This record gives sequence, structure tokens and C-alpha cells, in this order.
Amino acid sequence: MADQQPSSSEYLLSPYRVLDLTDERGLLCGKILADLGADVIQMECPGGSPARRLGPFSEDDVRPENSLFWWAYAANKRSITLDIETVDGANILRKLATEADFLIESFSPGYLSGLGVGYADLQKLNPGLVMVSITAFGQDGPYADYQATDLVGMALGGFMSLTGDSDRAPLRLSFPHFYLHGSAAGAAGAMLAHAHRALTGEGQHVDVSCQQAVAKTLAHAPQSWDIEGVVIKRMGVFRQTSADTKVRVNWRCKDGYINYMLQGGSVAASTRALLAWLDEEGMGDDYLNEINWEELGYGLVRTEVMERIVEPLQTFFESHTKEELTQGSVDRRILLFPVATPQDLLDHPQLEARGYFRQLEHPEQETTVTHPGAFVSAMGAAQTGPSRRPPLIGEHNNEIYVEEMGLSREELSVLKQGGII
Amino acid sequence: MVSKPKPVKPLDGVKVLDFCWVVAGPMVTKYLGEYGATVVRVESSKRPETLRRAAPFKDGVDGINRSGYFANYNTDKYGITIDMRHPRAKDLILRAATWADLVTENFTPGTMERWGLGYDELRAVNPEIIMFSSSMLGRGGPMESQPGFGPVLSSLAGLTHITGWPDRDPVNPYGAYTDFIVPRFATAAIVSGLDYRRRTGKGLHLDMSQLEASIHFSAPLVLDCSVNQREQGRQGNRDPGAAPHGVYPCAGDDRWIAIACVSDQQWQVIQKQVAAGGDGWPYEERFATFLGRKSEEDELDSLMSQWTANWDARELMEKLQKAGVPAGMINDTSDLFQDPQLKHRQHFQYLDHPELGTYATERSELTLSLTPGGLERPAPLMGQHTEQVLTEFWGLSQEEYQSLKDDGTLE
Repeated sequence: MADQQPSSSEYLLSPYRVLDLTDERGLLCGKILADLGADVIQMECPGGSPARRLGPFSEDDVRPENSLFWWAYAANKRSITLDIETVDGANILRKLATEADFLIESFSPGYLSGLGVGYADLQKLNPGLVMVSITAFGQDGPYADYQATDLVGMALGGFMSLTGDSDRAPLRLSFPHFYLHGSAAGAAGAMLAHAHRALTGEGQHVDVSCQQAVAKTLAHAPQSWDIEGVVIKRMGVFRQTSADTKVRVNWRCKDGYINYMLQGGSVAASTRALLAWLDEEGMGDDYLNEINWEELGYGLVRTEVMERIVEPLQTFFESHTKEELTQGSVDRRILLFPVATPQDLLDHPQLEARGYFRQLEHPEQETTVTHPGAFVSAMGAAQTGPSRRPPLIGEHNNEIYVEEMGLSREELSVLKQGGII
Repeated sequence: MVSKPKPVKPLDGVKVLDFCWVVAGPMVTKYLGEYGATVVRVESSKRPETLRRAAPFKDGVDGINRSGYFANYNTDKYGITIDMRHPRAKDLILRAATWADLVTENFTPGTMERWGLGYDELRAVNPEIIMFSSSMLGRGGPMESQPGFGPVLSSLAGLTHITGWPDRDPVNPYGAYTDFIVPRFATAAIVSGLDYRRRTGKGLHLDMSQLEASIHFSAPLVLDCSVNQREQGRQGNRDPGAAPHGVYPCAGDDRWIAIACVSDQQWQVIQKQVAAGGDGWPYEERFATFLGRKSEEDELDSLMSQWTANWDARELMEKLQKAGVPAGMINDTSDLFQDPQLKHRQHFQYLDHPELGTYATERSELTLSLTPGGLERPAPLMGQHTEQVLTEFWGLSQEEYQSLKDDGTLE
């Protein structure tokens, strides 16, 4: 799209510097700020961030520079290495924090304070600093010291009780989302704190709970308990909408899966369009056609009605491919979408037309790599999105420590030999 | 009476003209209101938005002001009703655009333009205005006008494909899942836009494709496909770097615990918890190594399930956590209201609503040490603040207000 080409090299957050101390639990927060244009310095422990141990790996070659998890969430940042558990390392961190606008971290509560570089310490050196702490449960409270992996977090956040087949255990996604929710919220929190700083000069500490972030992804389910005393249950390909209503969401088609929810209310037009399509192909169903979809609210199809309508729709869907159903639905404005695979996304005509994916040069791989692009466009006024490939371990040590911070080359060399950088 | 000074909020003074509906938009403007912005939400009473007609309803009775779903996402907003198809609506909104700092909308692209209220028209009356548009698939491109919402977008964004058991069909991650992913990106972008304007004096039109934002929640898998030409499938609850790693039944009806053993030390703790005496199945040779536990994972899961089945989920979680093993009970939605940590964070806040009575709404997951924000007012009744907003905020005279009311511009 032509007007997605920015007219200037300016980004929304160009003037700001972010010190990113996070591991895999918080990388996305800094990535969001980097894609908005902030200068994000990713600090890794010597030898590389533990996030680099997470797969999948480029060409299945399991080594730190090949982690695709790292590529995804460190792209567009610069990297330095620093052992902050050493006296020299903590001093360098203090110096960097004095110059930074934001500091993001995802250590266990109390870890940085124990090293003398907690918010209370750094705030004295830089009263304007906005510090964002991303943890599973927040900085204090009864679970503050609990160990939380993705599975544990998705469980305690309430997501899993609602997801999966009713005859098996509750489910998580097969890709970790617990910390991503908190990390994305952390980026919003960083900017809200910044808004206050812009008016007053005062920095502050933003304490993010990933458990709360996940507990805010449950649609109306918590309200169903609060208002109606109904505990919504997981129902596999169906979704329970209230005590006695449900809707089927996922369907098999000829060559894969699609997502379609037969509903009334504001989406009655889409429902009518699909029913007309069935009629056209001689697969129409009188029972379905006679329901007054326009008068029916959203999420109000009673369980027995839903059971009755599954068969005619399933028969129709199974007679068509994912592509036929998707294109037919675009033409008829039906709310039907494919259950997309990663390849479907890479080939998606809309993403292609908008120029979403970015080709970033990876000289080490002697190739360019297709990376997900900007999550927002400033429509020509300023740039957004990634322009730098993910950094190598400590790739910018020289640039940042010597050229920008003013350490001498000798000092850098000493610190390297001491295992600090 | 001396009243306490109002606590400062970071977005105090920011004025928002909000056309958002359903969830992906209103959750964004809920954050803005929670942190101090004045949010005026434009609605139609002739064509009430989806969420006002969505369950759950107070006492199970459908009603325009009775949806708990709507009430959760529209706290701290002023509600006004305008017939946007009325010939005088456009001028009224352009007048409001001179009041507003930010206009937000998540219609199918082209809707605001059809009303004569696209970014160009808004900018003409207020050059510094920021417009935030969020749509399923973004502006431009062959599918920009494809209607959609969160539950289907979760599938389009590749997230259904990775949710389910390897031997079964995929299932949606619960609810309108992407609707809760997108607002955090959106809020970060909007507040960045406000800062850009503060620094440069320039307005902006921010356009967000909800699909494009959501792909960041599976970015490594997209890279796996673009680099390795591989598509990762569904793995149930398994993890390539841990075993045992699963959800196991506990005592009671549909009670479960998630246990994630990521190291040999944690396995040794589990051994002792299962059989303190140093004998029994956990000590079998085949489970001694990570390789062994991985290759016998089905059997391991089945033995773990037999062990957990007699335990109370919360007791076992507390016991394992105390010993250093990551474990969490499966909180269902009623458990969330009793969860000690969520209580500590005051996750649910109660507001009084004229038709719902006292209802629970979710607070921000962010605790800002200096400017904590807060939810103060329940969701508006349909059209509750029309007169107040037009006369007090936008400066219309009582006669102007009455005339708009009389000719049906105001519903």
C-alpha cells in the first residue's frame, strides 16, 4: 500500500532510550517499544540471554545465534553483554540507567534490589526513570515467590479451564503466551508512566502481573460467574455462551479447518448470506432458514438448536476446500475464516497487499529472513516496525560502551577478560 | 465539606471521542479512562452495539443496560447516542472533533469516511487530532472490508492451529482471544502517538490491523515456517524441554493441577513428594534421566495422574511450590474470585450500576507506583450523558441541544 511508505525517517518514539534487562519472560515489551522507534538496548549475560536457548532454531541448528524465539522478540534491538552480579557490572548498569528513559526487567521480585540496583536505588540516580517489572504474579502478595512456567501461569490465569475438549484435561496453547500477555501490557504501562513524566518529570515503577493480564483474556466468563453464578466450561469445538446457550466455532472442511459461528443479532446478515449460499447449492435447510436471526441476540442460540444445526452446516463445509470457503465468504461478507497455518499467513493476500512482512538482512546466514512487520502504521506521518535484524551476542558492546558511554578500549578489554562484559 | 484532592492520573486532560464497539476497541478506551482520559462513547440506540445484546444479563433478562459483558469494558466512559445517518450528525461530530485530542474507532475501514468523518475531514477542523483506527485486516488491500471479530480472528492469526491434542481436531483458544491481545499493542501505540504530537505538534492517523498485531503472538512459529519450511502442530500440554509437563486430575469434579518439571532437581522433589521412602515408581531407572522421562512420557503422565487424583488441587499446588516445583491449580472462573493473589492485587473491582446493581469489573494488570489510575464510574446507560456531554463538554447551548434532540440527530 503506497501510503504505508513513510515520508520521513522519524519514528514515534525516536528520542527515547530503553534499557532492556529481560529474558524470555519480557522480551516482547522492549520489542514493542523498539518497533515504535525507541532505541532499545538489550542487555544479555555474558554468553548470551537464556532466551536464546528457546526453539525452534534456524536450520534446526541448536545454538544461541539461531534461536527463532530470540529472532522474533529481539529483532530491532541492539545487544550488549553485562554480568550485573559483579561490582563492576552493577556500576555500569547504574551509569546506563542514569542515561536511560526506560528500564524493563523480568527478574524474580527482589533480585535487582538485592544487587543494589532496584527501583529505589536507580530512582535516586535518575528521578525520571520509568522502570517496568514484568513478573508472573506481581512484585508482592502470596504468590510473589511462586515458580511459574507458561503452563502454570495459563492455569492460574483461568485460561485453561475454558480451553480444550470437555472429556480431557484443560489445555494451553502449544506456544507460550503467559508472559507475552504481561509483556505487551508492560509496553502500554511504560507509555502511560511516560505520559505522566512528560507533564511532571517524575518517573515511576510499573509493576505488571502476567496472571492478571491472562485473567483479562477470558471474555465474559468471569462476568457469567459474577452476575449469573455460572461457571463456563470448556467445550472443545463449541463455545459455551451462557448457562443454556452455546455455539460451534471450529469445523472440518475438505482439506483442513475453518472457523464459523452461526449467530443472530448484529451478525444476522452474515448468517443469512451463508444460508443463501447453502440454498444456491441445493443444500439449504428449512429449519435454519426459518429461525428469526435478526431478532435473536448475539450468543443466544440455545443448546438444542445448536445441536440441530450442526449436521447441515458440516455437510456443506466438508464439500468445500478451505480456499473455496474463505474466498466465497469474502465475496458474500460472511464471518467465516480459515484455521490458518503459518504458511497460510506467509501466503495471505491481505498481508501481502499491505506489505506486512519485512525482509531483514541476516549476513551471517547469507540471506534475508521474512520477519513479522509493524503492528501499527502511522500512515505516512512517521515510521513504525522493525528495520534491524536480531543482534548477535554483545554485538554492540563496542558501539555502546566505547563510542556512546565513553569507556576506553583498554577498560572494555579488562572488563571482557574479567568476564563482566 | 473538605474533599480530598483527586489523585493524579497520567492521562488527565486527554479527551477521547470514542466510536469503538464490541471488545477490541472498548478495552483500549477502558485503559485510557482508567488512567485519566475523558472518554465520550458514541452509540446508537436504534442499532445497539453487539455487546449490549450479549450475555450474561442481570437476572438472565436481556436488556440494553443489563449486559455484564458490556459493563466490564465500558467503565469510566460517558455514553451519548447519535443517529450517525442523520444529516446533522456530521457537523455535530466535527464540532466535537475540535474538543477531542483523540478519535478512536474499530469499524470496517470506510465507515467513518462514509459519514464524512475520515481522518482528512477531522484533520481539517483540528490539525493536531490523533485518529486511531483498528480493524480486522487493516486499511487497503483486497480484504479490508471483510467483517470479522475476535473469535474468528484467533483462527486466522494461526492460534487455533496450535491449540489442541495431536490426535484430535484443533479448538479455539477460549473466547474472542485476539480481542484481548490487540488492546495492549493499541494502548502503547496511542500513548506513543500522543507523545509524538506533544513533541512535534503534528497529528497522526494510526491504523492497526488486528491480524498483524496478533501475529506477534506466534512470531517464532512464523519464522520457523519462513526459515525452516516447517509448521508446528498441536502438542496438547507438552513442552519439548520439560517432563513431566502436563495437567493432572485432582480430587473433586473437574479439578486439575498443572505441573511443569523443568530440571533434575525438580524431578527429585517430585520423587520425594510421591514416595518419601525412596522406593516406588518415581525411582524406576527409566525415569531417572530427562531422556528417559521424555521417551516414557505417556506412562509418566498416567502415573502422575494416579498420584495427583487423591490430592486437593490447592493443597498440592502449595506443597509443590513450597518445595520449588512450578505447579498451579486450574483456576476456573469462580476460583478467580477467590484466588489469594488476584485478591491481593484487587483484580476485581466492584462498581454500582443502576440496573446491574453491584458488579465486578477487571482492573488494570499494571500497578503504577505514582499514578495508579482507577475505575470510578460504571458503564453508562444508553444515552445517559448525551445532554451533559453536548452542553458541558462541547459547549452547545441548551437551544442547540434541544433542536438536535427534536430533529432526531440525538437518539
